[in-house]
Amino acid sequence: MIELKHITKVFHLQKGDIIACDDINLKIDDGVIFGVIGYSGAGKSTLVRIINQLEKQTQGEVIIDGEDISKLSHDELRQKRMKIGMIFQHFNLLWSRTVQKNIELPLEIAGIPKEERIKKAKELIQLVGLEGRENAYPSELSGGQKQRVGIARALANDPSILLCDEATSALDPDTTEQILELLKKINKQLGITIVMITHQMEVVQKICHHIAVMSEGRIVEEGNVKDIFGAPKHQVTRRFVRDISSKVDDDKLNEDLKKIYPEGMLLRLTFEEDIARTPVVSEVIKQTNISISIVSGNLTNTINSSFGVLIINILNGSKEEYEQVIELFKKYKVNVEVI
Amino acid sequence: MSKFLSQIDWSAMNESIQETLYMTFFSLLIAVLLGFIIGIILYVTQEDGLYPNKFINTILDFIVNLLRAVPFIILILIILPVTKFVVGTMLGATAALPALIISSAPFYARMCMIALNEVDKGTIEASKAMGASHFQIITKVLIPESKPALISSITVMGISLVGYTAMAGCIGSGGLGNLAYMYGFVRKNYAIMYTATFFVLVIVFIIQGIGDYVVRRIDKR
Repeated sequence: MIELKHITKVFHLQKGDIIACDDINLKIDDGVIFGVIGYSGAGKSTLVRIINQLEKQTQGEVIIDGEDISKLSHDELRQKRMKIGMIFQHFNLLWSRTVQKNIELPLEIAGIPKEERIKKAKELIQLVGLEGRENAYPSELSGGQKQRVGIARALANDPSILLCDEATSALDPDTTEQILELLKKINKQLGITIVMITHQMEVVQKICHHIAVMSEGRIVEEGNVKDIFGAPKHQVTRRFVRDISSKVDDDKLNEDLKKIYPEGMLLRLTFEEDIARTPVVSEVIKQTNISISIVSGNLTNTINSSFGVLIINILNGSKEEYEQVIELFKKYKVNVEVI
Repeated sequence: MSKFLSQIDWSAMNESIQETLYMTFFSLLIAVLLGFIIGIILYVTQEDGLYPNKFINTILDFIVNLLRAVPFIILILIILPVTKFVVGTMLGATAALPALIISSAPFYARMCMIALNEVDKGTIEASKAMGASHFQIITKVLIPESKPALISSITVMGISLVGYTAMAGCIGSGGLGNLAYMYGFVRKNYAIMYTATFFVLVIVFIIQGIGDYVVRRIDKR
């Protein structure tokens, strides 16, 4: 288990102090895929580097499996780092080494004998699906292949934790999907804890079990993906969730919808999985005299749940009746927003 | 043409070529070794380096800049007493070595530092995250990753050393520069002057050619 206790990191710069992390408390259970999402400058990259002590926190404790790693000596920390893999946005491979040799680097660092290194690298190449590319240099690989090398390299010393710093941000959507599938497979097969830092909501949505939303150095919201997606509380989280439920600019969409449906009232309903199976809409129609026309609907899948977003137009009623409809939806635990 | 060639003392030419090659490559070897070590120290003691040390860095940086700022022809004269003490004479090819090394080692140190600074900071961070020691970072990451730049710097320095040996030749170190100046220019034997210059050019082109070939072979970017 990774525990961050009261982590604060202040950078002293010429133009003044910057608080990258502000009293952060997190618990990351073994074997989960934990996402930290935030816009750039939120402090998430600093946070992930504090976990393996590439950055030293100004205050607070980093406890991994009961041990405060910020108190370790230089050599003890090096040993510990071998058990914490890390992958990067720009892969950070050595261009002077082949795929095979890049994967062997952490093993060389750990002082593993040559035959064992070769054997282990071969296994990893197989695991990440790079058979046949062993002797290629990074410059001959595509972005996705480079990240596969990065992943294999990070797994070389059988770590229990894998840190991913914007690991898919430099990749196209298809490749991102493949890399995420690979990470999911690794998490399942090896039971490794994955901590993912990203600004891409679809990444978090697809593979994370648990997420924390970061803004201005603080964790503003935390929970399992289903809860956060279903009922985002903080404004930053809402922006992220919106990003995913409609790629179109929301305000503009709302304006357009109001023009097309000038009468009645437009509602955006969000259904969580557990209520998505009850016939909420027909119940509401039965209990009121209102007409409902469906404007649009879609479904978003997360790793362990799904939720639907439905935009409806309610017509032929008085203001009181509209209010009643909204109350009814709320009674069925549907999240209602008036457009 | 045969009249032109008959004016040349070929055994002197042969000897001069050998002297130039000896001065160039011997001083190149020592200067590269020294410069490499100084360059690495300069790199690691930088403010955000592996072993930040402002004191050592500032002093070393100052010495490197100072030695590079003194024009070579003046440096030879200034260190004559040192040369006399170390080599035992002020004349001949070996006597030129101290000046050649002192002027080119700082040059290579600076080139090394630049080459090492060009190494992607991300790869250094990645190797730290793998648990690499500072020594491992230097030997397994920094040096291999900057190898093409380190080698092309040797090429550049080799070529400028050929030029320096010619300058040293003017004050009696021997070599093609000496031949061209003393026997060619001063005695107005232009055949010797042009031929000596031709061989200097040949040496320069060969050094450049070898350097380019090696860099092409090892650069996998």
